[in-house]
This record gives sequence, structure tokens and C-alpha cells, in this order.
Amino acid sequence: MKRIYVNEKWCLGCHLCEYECAFANSGLTDMVKALKGKVIHPKIRVEDGEEVHFAVNCRHCSDPICVHSCIAGALSQGADGVVGIDTDKCVGCLTCVLVCPYGAIMPAADGHVAQKCMLCIDNVCGEPNCVKYCLNNAIVYEERD
Amino acid sequence: MKYVIIGNGTAAIAAAESIRARDGRGEIVMIADEPYHTYGRPLISYYLLGKTDAERMKYRADDFYSENGIETLFGKRAVKLDPEKKEIVLADGERIGYDRLLLATGSRPFDPPMEGIERVSHRFHFMTFADALALEKELSPEKRVLIVGAGLIGLKCLEGIADRVASVSVIDMADRILPSVLDAYGAGIVQRELEKRATFYLKDSVATFEKDRAYLKSGKQVAFDVLVVAVGVRPNVELLKEAGGAVSRGILTDDGQRTTLQDVYAAGDCTESYDVTAGSNKILALLPNAQFQGACAGTNMAGGDAHFTNAVPMNAIGFFGSHILTAGSYVGETYEEKSERTYKKLFYADGKLKGFILVNMPERAGIYTSLLRNAVPLTEVDFEALKREPGLMAFSASYRAEKLAGAAASGAREE
Ligand SMILES: Cc1cc2nc3c(=O)[nH]c(=O)nc-3n(C[C@H](O)[C@H](O)[C@H](O)COP(=O)(O)OP(=O)(O)OC[C@H]3O[C@@H](n4cnc5c(N)ncnc54)[C@H](O)[C@@H]3O)c2cc1C
Repeated sequence: MKRIYVNEKWCLGCHLCEYECAFANSGLTDMVKALKGKVIHPKIRVEDGEEVHFAVNCRHCSDPICVHSCIAGALSQGADGVVGIDTDKCVGCLTCVLVCPYGAIMPAADGHVAQKCMLCIDNVCGEPNCVKYCLNNAIVYEERD
Repeated sequence: MKYVIIGNGTAAIAAAESIRARDGRGEIVMIADEPYHTYGRPLISYYLLGKTDAERMKYRADDFYSENGIETLFGKRAVKLDPEKKEIVLADGERIGYDRLLLATGSRPFDPPMEGIERVSHRFHFMTFADALALEKELSPEKRVLIVGAGLIGLKCLEGIADRVASVSVIDMADRILPSVLDAYGAGIVQRELEKRATFYLKDSVATFEKDRAYLKSGKQVAFDVLVVAVGVRPNVELLKEAGGAVSRGILTDDGQRTTLQDVYAAGDCTESYDVTAGSNKILALLPNAQFQGACAGTNMAGGDAHFTNAVPMNAIGFFGSHILTAGSYVGETYEEKSERTYKKLFYADGKLKGFILVNMPERAGIYTSLLRNAVPLTEVDFEALKREPGLMAFSASYRAEKLAGAAASGAREE
């Protein structure tokens, strides 16, 4: 399947992907309205070291421990390999947060459910917005399997 | 090939899915005494809370059984296993033959002997959807509820009903709430929060019951209208035990979920697991563990070669917006961060992370969990950085290259 891959050599640590992610998932078309003065809750997160920076989001694991562990059957893996969350079924227990080895699933802004990257198929973008706007091609969306 | 699965919970479903992934033709029969479509057992408290409903509680889609070609015998109880004839006998006398059998029978509430308990007419357990529905009928704004047991199940029950009744009292012999997952400091944070909704009687127990009153060993009395007994669970091992299979506290299996009886497998709450953080066998009555074991059993039943070798206790539980994430064993040296509302405690020994307690700081806890499940030597990571904050920065660049830039990642079995 097509996945998001990270090349930390190219990452500048600009955090633009976090803003693009929050914007893509805001449901709004005006970036200023969506982001300005707001605390953002992106599904991608940039880790910053002294010299190293890189972005982390859901790996859409081939053997997804979050799906296996979900107490509600709210997480599932589609035939296309995308690990999705049904927020209607999610009860916000955070078992998925407890098990994701990448720390790539997190409580949503309201704290009542979990949220994760669904490669922007769950919003108007349709393709990963973080990748589209990555200044230095440090995150790419490719078929590598 | 005919596969028979006793159970319709997480372990049973995971096994059926794994069997189907390898064997599209074999016959699969699922037998369960609960009459429902498979549901998330832990969701019964969220049902009472109004956070889910019977429809959304379904653990798999409505067409799960038909899509997977599974014959269901629900509302039927298996009473005997005949390993010689390779048959299961149901309560109504029907006999069902198998080539491979899975026992995914879960656990049942433990009923300790309590004096006078038979005098209490409105008493409940909190294990099944039927229990939740029966309890729900009793809930009304003037009712006083007494919950015996301040463990995971008792306190989830408290969360589910607190806003639907006049008062809730909780009693436990332990000196703190959630004694199996929290130490005194962590329990204190959670208890202060819960005390807004309930009265706790700790280090105490019921000496005797009257119809609507509990007389405690301490001399205190608690009046109640509804009693919930949630003092723990016991594995359902009888089918296997009576058939001569090896049972300790739970059903004993190898790392492929095989019991000591030929072609009989077991998974989930009814079994014992080898806890890699403790180095000993334990009953891990937790949903993820049931899934891992069920999936492993199903693969092997269908001729595969799966091994489940990294069982650990791990639990995420929340109450009224607070979150408690715990895993592993509380042994060895510790690292702590404390505040009024948050608490982090890491336990490490023999160069490995062994366990952790995280109260109201769930962020990226899975990074810790993966360290202890996979027994990662702490020399391979920057543990000082990890203590403060779970992150992938603390791992080697090559680990990251493999996990973030490599081909198909695997979350579950990433050795
Ligand atoms: C209120 C509550 C909250 C919980 N919260 C959490 C949580 O937050 N996180 C977590 O990890 N775990 C939680 N658990 C534990 C979790 O629900 C169990 O670990 C998990 O459901 C075990 O799955 P299982 O498949 O082994 O057994 P079960 O789901 O119990 O399934 C057992 C099945 O076997 C059937 N059965 C048993 N004996 C027979 C027989 N003789 N004949 C026919 N059928 C039989 C039953 O009908 C049932 O379908 C909670 C449990 C409860 C009760």
C-alpha cells in the first residue's frame, strides 16, 4: 500500500506538517480561521532534537496492534491497508494510545475519543496534506512494499 | 476440517478471523451461552454511562458471521468436552463433533462467601451485557448503590451509574482503590477525583448483610437499595479440567495456545499467560491479551505456526475524563514525576523497562509499552531522555530508519 515515509535527513523541523494536518482535519477552508490563535491537535507530530528532526504519524502497520487491542471494535484495517477509527464507536479508553509503539495515536481535541492519521481519506484533501506541503520532501507518500 | 469455538468474545472472534485468513473452506461453529451478537465486554459501563448503545457496542459488523461463513449456536451452553470422541456436549444434550476445538470461555465473577448475602434481593454482578441491562432497570435518582470491590470492574461500574442514582458507596479490603494497577500515590489522585461521586470504605469489608444494609467489620453501616458484587473474576476452566486437561489457576497452554489435550486450544481470560515482565505465569484477564492469544490459536488451528511469547499486563482505564495507563510489573528501580493531578512512575530492572504507571499523562505511552513487551535492552536507547518523555528520538537512527522509512511496519510483533 501507499504509506507516508519519513526521511529525517531532510526534515527542517519547521512543523508546517502539523499545521497542514490540523488544517486538513479542521473541516474549514480558511486557514486563518482554522488555525490562528488556536491550540492545534495534529495527527502528525514533529520530534525535535539538537540536530535531528523528524515527523511521526500512523504507520498503518501490516499487523496493527492498535486494531488488535481496541476494546470497542472501533479501530479496523480496511482491505486497502488503511487503519481507520470509527469515532462513533470509540469510547475514548485510550488502549490504542497505550499500545502504539510509535506514539502515533492520541486523544482528540475534545478528549472523548482517540484520533489518528487516516492519510487524509477522511477529509476533503483525499491525499496526505502533510506530504503535499512538506517544504523539503522530508515526508513522502509512496508505494514501497 | 471442522473448527468449533466455545465463546463469542474477543478471543473467539480473533481466532475465527485467523482461521478464516488461512482456511476459507473449513467449517467454523461458534457456541456461546450469551445470546448476543459479539460485543465489547468492557463497554457495558459505557452503555450505562450513555456513551455507547447496543448497536455501537457490537465488536464486529452485523454481517460478521455470515461474511466469514460461521455457524452460530448462541444461547447454548457447553457442559462437557469428550476428548476421546472429539465432541462437545451442549446442555440440551446435543453433541457437536470437532477436528479442532478452541476454548475461549472467558471468566466469571468471583462470589466470595459473604454472610447474609442471600438476604439481599437486589444484587448484581457486572460482567455481561445482561448484567448491565438488569442493573439498569434498578437505576433511578433515589437509589443508593453499594459496590463491593474497588478494582477495575467495580469502579467502571461506579462511573457508569454515578449520575443515574442518589449515591454510590464502594467498599474494598485493600488500603487503596485499583490495588492491582496503582500504588498509593496514583490511587490517591484517582480516589480524590472519584470521591466527588462516591463514598469509599477501604481496608474494610462486610461482616454481614441485612436485606438493605451492610454491617462492616469496622463497625460502620452502609444502607443501600442495590448491591453490586465486583470482587474479581475466575477463569472458566471446567470443560477442560473435567476432560483431564492441565489446569493451574487458568488453563495451561504452550506458546501456540495448545492445551495438553490433543487438538484442543485455549485463549483469553480462561488461560494463564507467561508475563515476560514478571517472569511467571499469570491470569491476564485483559482484552488485548485475549485478542493476541485468540489470533495465535486460530492461526495454529488452521495449520499455521504462530507463537505468542510477549504477554504483559497492560491496561488503559479512565474515569470521568481522567486516564490511567499501566503496564508490566512494578519491580526494580523507579523514576517518578508527581504533581497534584498527574503521576508518572517507571520501573526498571536488569537493564529493561519492567513496568509503568501513568496517571493523566497518556501521551505516547505505547512507546514505553513496546519497550517492555519487546524487552528492549535499555542500552540501545537513550533511557534518560525516555524517562522524561516517550519519543522516538531516544531510539537509534537505524531503528527510526527501519520503522519510519522502512517498508511495511508491524506494530504487534516487532521483534
Ligand atoms: C466491566 C468490565 C470492564 C472491562 N474493561 C476492560 C478494559 O478496559 N480493558 C481491558 O483490556 N479489559 C477489560 N475487561 C476485561 C475484558 O472484557 C476481558 O479480558 C475480555 O473480554 C476477555 O475476552 P475472552 O474472549 O477471553 O472472554 P469473554 O469476552 O468473557 O467471552 C467468553 C465467552 O464464552 C462464553 N462461554 C463461557 N463458557 C461457556 C460455556 N460453557 N458454553 C457456552 N459458552 C460459554 C460466553 O458466553 C462468552 O461469549 C473488562 C471486563 C469487564 C467485565
